[in-house]
Amino acid sequence: MQTHKYDVVIVGAGGAGMRAALESSTRTRTAVLTKLYPTRSHTGAAQGGMCAALANVEEDNWEWHTFDTVKGGDYLVDQDAAEIMCREAIDAVIDLEKMGLPFNRTPEGKIDQRRFGGHTRNHGEAAVRRSCFAADRTGHMILQTLYQNCVKQGVEFYNEFYVLDLLMNTGADGVEHTAGVVAYELATGELHVFQAKSVVFATGGTGKVFKTTSNAHTLTGDGMGVAFRRGIPLEDMEFFQFHPTGLAGLGILLSEAARGEGGILRNADGERFMERYAPTIKDLAPRDIVARSMANEVREGRGAGPNKDYVLLDLTHLEPAHIDAKLPDITEFARTYLGVEPYTEPVPVYPTAHYAMGGVPTNVETEVLSNNTDVVPGLFAAGEVACVSVHGSNRLGTNSLLDINVFGRRAGIAAAEYAANAPYVDLPANPSTFVEAMVETIRTRDSGERVADLRRALQETMDRNVQVFRTEASMKEALGVIDELKERYANVVVQDKGKRYNTDLLEAVELGFLIELAEVITLGALARKESRGGHFREDYEARDDVNFMRHTMAYRAPVTDDELGPKFADEVRLDYKPVTVTRYQPMERKY
Amino acid sequence: MTATTTDTTAGKTGQDSAKAGAVPSFTVTLKIARFNPETDTEAHWETYQVTSHATDRVLDALHQIKWDQDGSLSFRRSCAHGVCGSDAMRINGKNRLACKTLIKDVNPDKPITVEPIKGLPVEKDLIVDMEPFFDAYREVMPFLITNGNEPTRERIQSQADRDRFDDTTKCILCAACTTSCPVFWNDGQYFGPAAIVNAHRFIFDTRDEGGAQRLEILNDKEGVWRCRTTFNCTDACPRGIQVTQAIQEVKRALLTSRF
Repeated sequence: MQTHKYDVVIVGAGGAGMRAALESSTRTRTAVLTKLYPTRSHTGAAQGGMCAALANVEEDNWEWHTFDTVKGGDYLVDQDAAEIMCREAIDAVIDLEKMGLPFNRTPEGKIDQRRFGGHTRNHGEAAVRRSCFAADRTGHMILQTLYQNCVKQGVEFYNEFYVLDLLMNTGADGVEHTAGVVAYELATGELHVFQAKSVVFATGGTGKVFKTTSNAHTLTGDGMGVAFRRGIPLEDMEFFQFHPTGLAGLGILLSEAARGEGGILRNADGERFMERYAPTIKDLAPRDIVARSMANEVREGRGAGPNKDYVLLDLTHLEPAHIDAKLPDITEFARTYLGVEPYTEPVPVYPTAHYAMGGVPTNVETEVLSNNTDVVPGLFAAGEVACVSVHGSNRLGTNSLLDINVFGRRAGIAAAEYAANAPYVDLPANPSTFVEAMVETIRTRDSGERVADLRRALQETMDRNVQVFRTEASMKEALGVIDELKERYANVVVQDKGKRYNTDLLEAVELGFLIELAEVITLGALARKESRGGHFREDYEARDDVNFMRHTMAYRAPVTDDELGPKFADEVRLDYKPVTVTRYQPMERKY
Repeated sequence: MTATTTDTTAGKTGQDSAKAGAVPSFTVTLKIARFNPETDTEAHWETYQVTSHATDRVLDALHQIKWDQDGSLSFRRSCAHGVCGSDAMRINGKNRLACKTLIKDVNPDKPITVEPIKGLPVEKDLIVDMEPFFDAYREVMPFLITNGNEPTRERIQSQADRDRFDDTTKCILCAACTTSCPVFWNDGQYFGPAAIVNAHRFIFDTRDEGGAQRLEILNDKEGVWRCRTTFNCTDACPRGIQVTQAIQEVKRALLTSRF
């Protein structure tokens, strides 16, 4: 075991982690620990853009953006956080341009902007051109630009270091402080303890809980799982976004920009069905509404294809040159993976699990909360792993790239400033015991359950029972499967018994997080007897502001260091946290 | 080692299974270069059989093997749709991304060979040490260099000027180009196509003022002049970047000092 000491340790090197590192590393000694090479992070898969009210192409202002974000999130958004995000969006985009990001340009040479779902002029009058973009590879450009600037600044990375534990200890003030993290080095199988004054979690999402997902194989909720096991709550986990346009059967994302550029969703009869569901902004309604409308078309027998199980994204009325200029990547996905030519044929699409609105609760300074009000000294979180909550119950398209830039930057500054004024907290005795036991127990077990079998069972039940439409019965069924998987996981086995690049072991550990988080998602969804944003209950179809305009906070008893292998929670306790309302009272959500 | 399993590839949905039902499944043989540094002194071939559908990628077949037959098979992957650059490998002798290569397109009637990309040290099975590759990338100063005061708003750039370097912004640093280059195989010190592509991306960006410095770096004996225009890199690029053309443009910029 090796020990390292840094003022700030950032866990994760996607957009939020690298944006934080750019701030933190100029202020204090910083290390970035990442499971993947930084440029492999899933920020790079984001396509359509990053909204900011630059007003480069038409009138706009950040207050309209804030309203859209709050309404898009079905009023579960903390409005103080949304105001900050939408106000700071403008500088966040300009900062990226100054760092070198190659945005598309207007005829005057300014950053070009286009329409995106749920983003409107003057509180819902009509769609507004707010999304700043680089073709349909905006996330790729953000990830590359941030990495380039990390290279420029000499940011210190530990690549393929998988963080598996958060270390806490009692400080001089008698309060539990962050003391560091424990990481597993993939290349060698060696454990590393990083002592740090501040730790920033920027580990991304957990889409692999579901089977059909736009998410990378590596998005397994590690940061959320690590924090939860150490007794930190998780907020609003039942809100998971299903992106309307995944390639049918595969889940690969086709950007909402396709509709922003004029693409139309049609059912088997060729009908533009979104006219019935969202008469004003039609195909550019927020994602939860479009996904549900699509699933409903299929359910009512109007799906396309031999099995009537998808709808069609029609781009055939657009000029091929326009498609090539604005949507080159996604049209290539359709050609490569489905053999469909988008110039002349509509593309089969169906909703795909895309984004966790919930996560580790933080305040607007990105400090992690240990309950509704208290912060964990020295612990910060930003990006998809966090819930600040700017997305409420449904995130608007482009607001995730915005979230990682605004709150990633805030986290880097806050973590460095905290470190400047705080002493190191002692590492706990035997800091790596827990991780060592977890990893070695799995690695050396002789026989038992295969990782892939358990993961398939989990993903299948989540897709079947906790997807776009949910009922009490479906979720109870899912919980039954999850309970069984928790037991079977105690006996999980890997074939690779080696130390070096043991990706078999890595997948087994990831599966533990997925099972744990699937339970939290499902329990939160079962308890929320209403429909709001991305959470739709067929047995409670209306939004219920009286009983449920509040955030879910899930807690479990922390693991203890002498446990062999991670013990799942015996019980997940649900509590609630009020929503911060500043200027927008909840209204009926119509588009 | 040979085994056969039925298709249970993750990432497919009920819809797809039904759809795949219309598409016949077929048995595919993969011959994979294996190397375990803890037990082997050199690499050897192992053969596996999987059941595939027309829409399956080589990555799906690798996952079938890893998940259902041999968990010790090691490779990198993440996004699984050709944008993260993790899974460049040599498939039937050509560098490709496993997640962007459909099995039906690589002649599944014969065994499909899968090897690690060439020219970088093999760490285990299909995993290579990427550090020398990223070292070369970092050396060309792959970031915007500007002098003087920053403007308060965005810099103005025409769409035509933006388009000038569009092709080279697409690079995902997968190393398929560099590790397909015979010059790089023979001389690991050569910067390689990917580093030059990333230098090109800034040299031809009108906002950048570091072009002369980068050109000087690439004028080195291990720089652009080592390129023998074999076009392997262009053929290998999963993003369709005209790599050889980009290298030629950098050479021309060096000769004419115009960029």
